[in-house]
Amino acid sequence: MAVEDRYESHEYDVIVVGAGGAGLRAAIEASANGAKTALVCKSLLGKAHTVMAEGGIAAALRNVWQEDGWDVHFRDTMRGGKLLNNWRMAQIHAQEAPDRVLELEEWGALFDRTKEGLILQRDFGGHRYARLAHVGDRTGLEMIRTLQQHAVHKGIDVYMECTLQKLLTDGGHISGAIGYWRESGKFVVFKAKAVVMATGGILKMYQITSNSWECTGDGVSMGLEAGADLIDMEMVQFHPTGMVWPPSVRGILVTEGVRGDGGTLKNSEGRRFMFDYVPDFFRAETADTEEEADAWYADKTRRRTPDLLPRDEVARAINAEVKAGRGSPHGGVYLDIATRRDPEYIRRRLPSMYQQFMELADVDITKTPMEVGPTAHYQMGGIRVEADTTATTVPGLFAAGEVAGGLHGANRLGGNSLSDLVVFGRRAGLYAAKYALEQASQPGVDPGQIDEASTAMLAPFEGDGKENPYSIHADLETCMQNLVGIIRTEPELVQALDELGKLRERLSRVTVQGNRQYNPGWHLALDLHHMLTVAESITRSAIERKESRGGHTRDDFPGADPAFGRVNMVTRRVDGEMTVKQEPLPEIPDELKQILEELK
Amino acid sequence: MAESGGGHGTPAGAQVTMRVWRGNADGGAFEEYRVPAAEGMVILDVIHAIQASQAPDLAVRWNCKAGRCGSCSAEVNGKPRLMCMTRMNHFAPGETITVAPLRTFPTIKDLVTDVSFNYEKAKSVPAFKPGPKEADGTRRMYQEDVDRVQEFHKCIECFLCQDVCHVIRDHEDNKPAFAGPRLFVRLASLEMHPLDTNDRLELLKRQAGLGFCNITKCCTDVCPESIKITDNAIIPLKERVVTEFHDPVVWVWRKLTGGGKARASSGETVTSR
Repeated sequence: MAVEDRYESHEYDVIVVGAGGAGLRAAIEASANGAKTALVCKSLLGKAHTVMAEGGIAAALRNVWQEDGWDVHFRDTMRGGKLLNNWRMAQIHAQEAPDRVLELEEWGALFDRTKEGLILQRDFGGHRYARLAHVGDRTGLEMIRTLQQHAVHKGIDVYMECTLQKLLTDGGHISGAIGYWRESGKFVVFKAKAVVMATGGILKMYQITSNSWECTGDGVSMGLEAGADLIDMEMVQFHPTGMVWPPSVRGILVTEGVRGDGGTLKNSEGRRFMFDYVPDFFRAETADTEEEADAWYADKTRRRTPDLLPRDEVARAINAEVKAGRGSPHGGVYLDIATRRDPEYIRRRLPSMYQQFMELADVDITKTPMEVGPTAHYQMGGIRVEADTTATTVPGLFAAGEVAGGLHGANRLGGNSLSDLVVFGRRAGLYAAKYALEQASQPGVDPGQIDEASTAMLAPFEGDGKENPYSIHADLETCMQNLVGIIRTEPELVQALDELGKLRERLSRVTVQGNRQYNPGWHLALDLHHMLTVAESITRSAIERKESRGGHTRDDFPGADPAFGRVNMVTRRVDGEMTVKQEPLPEIPDELKQILEELK
Repeated sequence: MAESGGGHGTPAGAQVTMRVWRGNADGGAFEEYRVPAAEGMVILDVIHAIQASQAPDLAVRWNCKAGRCGSCSAEVNGKPRLMCMTRMNHFAPGETITVAPLRTFPTIKDLVTDVSFNYEKAKSVPAFKPGPKEADGTRRMYQEDVDRVQEFHKCIECFLCQDVCHVIRDHEDNKPAFAGPRLFVRLASLEMHPLDTNDRLELLKRQAGLGFCNITKCCTDVCPESIKITDNAIIPLKERVVTEFHDPVVWVWRKLTGGGKARASSGETVTSR
């Protein structure tokens, strides 16, 4: 029997997987360029993790500081990323971000305003000037709703609560994907000339994380299995400020905007400890007294406060303070805005934070400091893409947003994620459409690949009853948290690899109860396959990078090593086996090198 | 660490008892579960604990677990709420808590309902259509002009307001002709957007069924974002419809100018209830 008779199937030029900022923007662009486009997402439309972005979208609009420009933004991004970034992506990102922000405004987004009626911009870590367009502390919601409504009005086909599990290929080219409807558990096949991966984050494999259930690494894992390269998977961002108490909310994000708007970190002795953790790399541009730091908020000719050093620096500092016994009662440190800004200002600038702490922790942030600690937040690495087109190493496969690697290097600056989504989401949609429309005919789908995938998806119903997906997931979270966390060592990483192997073996015996209709246990069992693949890639890359840089800190190799600063860690499948090897970074052209030098 | 036990109503070894509706479109019933209590627990934590220990196929929607995405809407002890923002210490220690799916929408399974009604209604809203830019190529809007629309943009589409609205909660037959509070908030946000020039009056008056609303404010009461849906969105829209359709001066003005919005006298922000 033909595939169409056995499975619900749909045919498109382009399918976009994931409906966060990158996926929505890609679908809008692909459709606008004449490609028959479908958007396929695991949740309801408008619920993707972009909605959680708080602080803002970075773009050198120059509404607040005339001195800003794409070159300064480029320089900040590269330095924040410890120069491991793909320079061309960083350049395109800095150059195009302002247009993408203004485009959101054309589509109905309402950012907070300056006195002159233009888009207001706020301070954030690692950005030399106040650069983040924002809406209070709910910028992601504004962005996703604007894009969602724009996409709906353009009539793009949306397949909600539909989880794709495997990419289909035809002679090495993309030919579509297969997955299941969450509601019914029935399988669905998409035939497509091009696929845009925009599946977002992957850090639901950590115990303390800001990521939702959706962030299981499907896109990275499916890409790798289809033959795509991954880069820099060891680069995991631990956001310095997650909630730590009560246990129910541990890991939920506390926006960097708190510090951008004047909040400061303190230890149990009341000391502003960030002054003790300024690395040489940032010393020349960082204030060394409280007076100078506080003056910087109003006077950008002063040196910036160390509270707003890039996230990797702040997360390590908090980790060290807690270890030294100077933490808060629940294992974090204090984030104080109550004594620094008046209550009305705090409630206006940080309404979600106010509500979040009041309702979930019984803490009034206008009166009491918050308790915060690091939380697994963002994956800098991901699918390797060509900077201009977002094309991966598999013909027909494109990737944008958090699922793609390169732009952020070893550490992402706050605010650069939302701009990444729209800058590269647009490019992914554009080049995927172009590629699809150049294909003479629809590629063939291989019934063998489809049958293999559907058999694998049903396997958890036929296990021996001994392994429960929830316990495997809990053990995976413990393994990654304890052995592949903020501070890493070779013996622990090797142990993690061993444990991941055992978890993989247990997953082969996983058994789910119930039927195929909206069954979270089954869904988790299938997600675990992706999480384990990604966890292995992170761990193998972390073993290989024998230095400390950005989101990767090795206790046994505490310094940065210039030799490792010139290479990406590339994960690739060779003969069905995962391999990790070093490959040289693209060489930065002289004129951009000069920008990095001049603006130091 | 001083983490275990203690705190508000959760002594060590305490248990939570919860009755959760299990079933699908063909019917179902409440089932009782008991799980260990933990400090700071919310309803969604209890549901997750039940999934992990006793009912792995218990269906529930959730994403952010911080009140931002609006996925985990349900009826807790009969009241529409976000499960992630409902703390267990809202309830008396030992109280049995009942969790049921949203009643206004068709059941899919357990706590998951078919909310496609809301997405279909959203398609019918005429899109945002900005007027020309300023002479210098910019868009200028002032904070005081965007404040009231930003209130509407806080909507997380949890659809609790749709669930509680008795126009559709108890009258399935009203659904084709009534958009519901969420869509009125959306319409108000477009109508009051300083840059928008599109015309949605016909939709408001005829297809969206604004007239069905008799301002009982049930929607406002359940909004987790505290949007004053009735006072700030629905009433100004009603006023605008009345002005545009029944005010002879506006009628003549529209005939002479070929349309356009009457901005005066409508959309006043009401700050007190």
